[in-house]
Amino acid sequence: MTGQSTVALGKIDDPIDKPALITRIRSLCRRQPLGAAGGIVVVVMCFAAAFAGFLTPYDPVANSLENMLSSPDGAHLMGTDEFGRDILTRVLYGARTALFIGLVAASLGATLGLVLGVASAYFGGIFDLVVQRIVDIFLAFPLVIMALAVVATLGPGVQNVIIAITVPFIPQCARVVRSSALALREIPYVDAARALGFSHARIILRHMAPNVMAPFLIMLTYFVGQAILLEAVLSYLGMGVQDPTPAWGLMLKGGAEEFLESAPWLSIFPGLAITLAVFGFNLFGDALRDLLDPKLRSR
Amino acid sequence: MKKGYESDPSAKGSGLASRTAPWLLGMALAVGFGHLAQAQEEIQRGGVLDFVVAGEAPSKDGHKETSYSVVHPYAPFYSLLIRVDPDNPQSTDFVCDLCVGDVPAPTNGGKTYTFEIREGVKFHDGTPLTAHDIEATYEKIINPPEGVPSARKSFFSMVESFEATDDTTIVFNLKFPSGAFLPSLATPFNWIYSKKDLEEHGFAWHEKNVNGSGPFRFVQHQPGAFVDGVRNDDYFHEGQPYLDGFKAIIAKKMSVRIQAIRGNRAGIEFRGFPPKARDDLVAALGDKLTVQESDWNCVLLFTPNHKRKFIEDPRVRRALTLAVDRWGGSKYLSRIAIVKTVGGVAFPGHPLAATRDELEEIAGYRPDLEASRAEARQLLEDAGATDLVIDLNNRDVDQPYKVVGTWLIDQWAKVGIKTEQRVRPTPQFYAALRNSYDFDVSIDFNCQSVINPIADVTKFLGSSGSNYGQYDDPVLEKIYADLERAGDEGEQRRLMRLYEKRALDEMAHLGVTLWWYKINPHRSYVKGWKIAPSHYINQQLDNVWIDPSLL
Repeated sequence: MTGQSTVALGKIDDPIDKPALITRIRSLCRRQPLGAAGGIVVVVMCFAAAFAGFLTPYDPVANSLENMLSSPDGAHLMGTDEFGRDILTRVLYGARTALFIGLVAASLGATLGLVLGVASAYFGGIFDLVVQRIVDIFLAFPLVIMALAVVATLGPGVQNVIIAITVPFIPQCARVVRSSALALREIPYVDAARALGFSHARIILRHMAPNVMAPFLIMLTYFVGQAILLEAVLSYLGMGVQDPTPAWGLMLKGGAEEFLESAPWLSIFPGLAITLAVFGFNLFGDALRDLLDPKLRSR
Repeated sequence: MKKGYESDPSAKGSGLASRTAPWLLGMALAVGFGHLAQAQEEIQRGGVLDFVVAGEAPSKDGHKETSYSVVHPYAPFYSLLIRVDPDNPQSTDFVCDLCVGDVPAPTNGGKTYTFEIREGVKFHDGTPLTAHDIEATYEKIINPPEGVPSARKSFFSMVESFEATDDTTIVFNLKFPSGAFLPSLATPFNWIYSKKDLEEHGFAWHEKNVNGSGPFRFVQHQPGAFVDGVRNDDYFHEGQPYLDGFKAIIAKKMSVRIQAIRGNRAGIEFRGFPPKARDDLVAALGDKLTVQESDWNCVLLFTPNHKRKFIEDPRVRRALTLAVDRWGGSKYLSRIAIVKTVGGVAFPGHPLAATRDELEEIAGYRPDLEASRAEARQLLEDAGATDLVIDLNNRDVDQPYKVVGTWLIDQWAKVGIKTEQRVRPTPQFYAALRNSYDFDVSIDFNCQSVINPIADVTKFLGSSGSNYGQYDDPVLEKIYADLERAGDEGEQRRLMRLYEKRALDEMAHLGVTLWWYKINPHRSYVKGWKIAPSHYINQQLDNVWIDPSLL
C-alpha cells in the first residue's frame, strides 16, 4: 500500500517500487510455484553463463591428460572427461553457449514471426493466403528435421546453428501471433490509424505489434527452451557447435558414449543441464502465459 | 547366421607360417588364445556374417579410394592378381589370387615379372576374366587419363611397361629392380575390373557399380544402412567361400558398433576398437569374445594446405609440428584411442624406420618440449603469424580422428595458434580434402596395407595421388628417386632419414601425429579371419567361417 500512496504523490523513487516488486514476486511464487522454480533455474543459468570464468578455476577447453576420466571428487565436483577437462567447468561454459544460441535464435525467430504474423493479419486477402500457405509448408516439417535440413545446407558452426534454429521458429510464431492480430485488426483504433494516414509499417509495428505482446512473450520463452534443446540435438548429431567449444549436446557424444559404463559422469551432468534448462524455461513460459492471459489471470 | 551349416573335413585352417620375417613376429602382440587353437578346428560352411563398418564409402571404386569404408564392404566382391597370404597376414608373403601357382620370381636381372593367369574365371556378370582385364585394370591404376583419380599411381613409378601377351599371360617390365613392386601389386585396393566395363561404361562406372570376380556377389547397397553380399558359387578358389553371405552394417558411432558386438547384432568390426572398448567387451562377454591385436600400418597425419596464407610459409608449418608433444600424447591417448606408437614416416619397428634417437633429431620429436614450443612461438612471430587462426578439416569419425583432432587443437593452442574445427561426414571430408581444398590444415592419414615403407612413404611426395598439401618439392622427389633405386638396406636407411628430415622437419610438408594400434575384439564364432597389421588386408572374407556351436 505504500507504493500506492507514493505514486499518488507523484514520486518515482526506487524505494517505493521495490516493495511492490518484492510483493509481486511473492505473489508470483504463491500463485505459480512451479513457474517461480522455473524462473530460478533461468536466473541461475544466466548467472552461470555470465560468471562462468569466476565460478571455476579451470579452462573449459585446455586438455589436462594426466587427469583424464577422473571420477567426481573435491577437485573436480563433476569429474573430468577423456581429455582431463573439468566437467563442471564445461557445463558452466556450456550454459553460455546454450543461452547465447537459445536467446539469439529465439529472439530472432519470435520477432520475425511477430512481424510476419501481424503483417499477414493486417493485410489479409491474397497476402495472408500466400503467407499462411507457406507457413503451412514449414509447419508440416518437425522442428528437428527442419533445423537439420538448414544446417545440412549451410554447414556446422554457431552462426549456422542459430539460422537453422531460427528458421523453423518463424512460422510457428507467425501462426500464433496472426490469430491474435486478426482480432486486433477489427478494433476501431486500427481503422483510426489508417484514416490518419499512418504508414502500414507504423500501424503494424507501433499499434498492432505491442498489443500481441502476451502471445509473443509466451512464444519467446517457449522458444528459448526449444532452442537450447535443438542446439543440443544438432551438436550431438555433429552438425552444431564443434569441439572443443563447450556445449552440452557436444558433451553427450564421443567420450560420453564410449565411456558410458566406466565414466557415467561424462553424460549425466550435461544431460542434467539440458533437462533442467529446458524444464526451467518451459515452466517459466507456462507461468508467464498464465500471468499474461487475462482469462487465466483472474483464477 | 540363420542358415544351415555343414562341416568340411577337407578344409582345415592353417597355422602361422614359418616364413614370417623375424621383425614381424613381434608385431602381433596378443592374438586371442582361442585364435591359435583354431588352426585345428573343422571348418563349418554356411551362415551369414554380419559385421559393422564405421563409415559410408565415399564411392565403390577401390582404385580411387583409400578408406577402409570402401574395402570392408566391397573387397569381398573382387579378386586381386596377388595378395598377402590370407592364412598369415602378419607376414609379407604373397600368394597368387588370380595368377597360377607361386608368385613368379623376376627375370631379366630383376626387371621382368611374368604372371600366368587362371583360366575359367568369370566376372559376376558372366564375362570371362583374362589377362587383358588385368592389363586394363593396371592401365587405369598406373596410367590413368587426366582427371581420373588413382590413389596408388605413385606406387608404380618403377614400372616401365606391362602387357597381356595372351589371354593367360601378363608381363610387367620394370625400369629398375625394385623390392617395392610386388608389395605394390598386392595392395588390396587393386581390384581387377572387367575391360569390357571400363571400355563400355568409362572409368567412373565403378564408383557406383560393382562387377567383380570375388568370393561374393553384390546384392544391394542401402545408403547409410548396409551392403549385402551373397556367396559366389562360381568362385575360383575351390570350396570357398565358406559363408553363404555377409552384411556390412554401417554404424558411424563407435558406441553403436561396440553394442552391436556385445548384443550379438554383429560378429566383428574389422577396423579396430580402443583399449577401453576391448576391456568392456571382455568383461561382458568372457570366452564368447576373442581378441586379436597388432601394430598397425596406419598413421594419423595433419596436412597443411601450402596454398593458404601463412601456411605456405615453412616456418609456420614447422611451428605446427614443433607444438605437438608426441611422446606425451602416446602415453595418454593410447588409453582412450586407437593410436599408440611414436614414429616417423616409416612403419615403426621396420628396419627402415627411425630409431628413437633418430626421431629425437626431428622437429616435434625432441625431448625438450618447452624448447620446441619456444622455437614454435619464435617462428610464428618471425612469420608475422602470432594471431594465427587455422581452419581444421576433420572427419566425423571418433576413432581416432576426432580424438586426435581435439588433442591437436590443444597442442597448437599452447603456442598461441587458435583453431576452428570443422568436422564433416566422410564424403564431405574427402571432398574438402581432395577437391575443394577448403582447409588450412586437414586431418589426414597414411594407412597402407602391405608393409612396404619405400612405397608407403610416397604419401609425403607432393606428386603423390594421395597427397593433398598442394606443394611441389623437387628436393624431396630426388631423394625419393634415389631411395627407390637404392640397392642395399644401409643406403635405403640413410636416404629414408634424409627423406624424413626433409618432409617432416626442414619443410614440414606434413605432420605425423601417432601411429595406430589395432585391437579387434570379435565374437568367438567368427573363425578364419586373422588380424593383419592393416585394416585393409585380408578382407575378401573367402576364408572366414562361422562356428555354429559358439553362436
